[in-house]
Amino acid sequence: MIETLKARVNDDAALVKRGRYLSTTFLVEVGETAWLISIFEGRITSIARGPFVMPSSTFALRAPEEEWAKFWLSRPPPGSNDLMALIKRRVLKAEGDLQVFMANLRYFKEALGKLRAAGA
Amino acid sequence: MSVRFEPIVGRYMHLDLFGRKHRIYVEEAGAGTPLMCLHTAGADGRQYRALMNDERITRDHRVIAFDMPWHGKSSPPSGWHNEEYQLTSAHYTTIILEIMAALGLEQPILIGCSIGGRIALHLALEHPERFRAIIGLQAGAHVDPYYDLNFLHRPDVHGGEVAAAIVSGLVGPDAPDEARWETLWHYMQGGPGVFKGDLYFYKLDGDIRDRVAQIDTRRCPLFLLSGEYDYSCTPEETLAVAKSVPGCEATIMTGLGHFPMSENPTEFVKYLLPVLEKIGRM
Repeated sequence: MIETLKARVNDDAALVKRGRYLSTTFLVEVGETAWLISIFEGRITSIARGPFVMPSSTFALRAPEEEWAKFWLSRPPPGSNDLMALIKRRVLKAEGDLQVFMANLRYFKEALGKLRAAGA
Repeated sequence: MSVRFEPIVGRYMHLDLFGRKHRIYVEEAGAGTPLMCLHTAGADGRQYRALMNDERITRDHRVIAFDMPWHGKSSPPSGWHNEEYQLTSAHYTTIILEIMAALGLEQPILIGCSIGGRIALHLALEHPERFRAIIGLQAGAHVDPYYDLNFLHRPDVHGGEVAAAIVSGLVGPDAPDEARWETLWHYMQGGPGVFKGDLYFYKLDGDIRDRVAQIDTRRCPLFLLSGEYDYSCTPEETLAVAKSVPGCEATIMTGLGHFPMSENPTEFVKYLLPVLEKIGRM
């Protein structure tokens, strides 16, 4: 499902514009499955599926599969409706250079929210 | 061209707080029992605009909201540019009681949200005789920090953008877009370090877990209203306070988040009106 993120983000002109100063590679772990997502000036340029031998990323977001599944419901339940809600419950671990993540927090929330069932 | 004015009137009050001159912005509307409103961390009194425009409330209540020092139109006191703003329980209590006295309010109903809900618990415990009743919105006894607060105030992260992005998920899913983004705009407009300074009270200094059970609702009735989608002060945390305080009434508001009066006033007022009616009968 994460593969569809590239088109969903890149087709949203406002989101891409919001990320125009953002170029980075970050890691998302959905349970045991790892994904490296590269962004250049707000557009996703590549999404690669692990396992990786030596993945390099600015930061990583790691959560169990069932937690991401709830986050990606079209109407997530309380406690699963936002990345910060997952972090508050200690089920999402944000690690690495988090300045990039926090400086572009709205971008990352909205980009990952693109995988919700309704596609928005 | 026809224009429409709201019934809200805003004024600047000059008063001394902690031996320093302050210029505090106060808005109000309506007449009757004073209803003193406390805004959330990093925002300002505009959060209560919908209440001030609701005749069902203003026909019996004088609704008053002030911007805390450093917030909204209440500038920081002279000398602020070399200081770090940090809110404490003692400062917050003094600010509220001094402004009440300056306005000549006797036994207002107090309504406070988030940090305002937390200080409402402090006031219910320490100054119950000063209030007719207290309504805590999103009020819990404590919140553990769940992110590095330093990100709220550093030059390589935009303070307004990050403050709004941090709290955006605290708005409930049913909030109308206009109210949701107005609520977030208030966060985007906060001064550098102000949200962080408020959270010093919310997450560190204002912990009242070990004393909250001492609140005596016979001296001041206490009502708690909390939004279902709030993960900062969760419904469980509000219900824990209600469980430990005999006589405290708590209601969880379906579909609402951390900013009920601002993010979705139409739904919020459905929960508030019965509480105000009940207080009116007391």
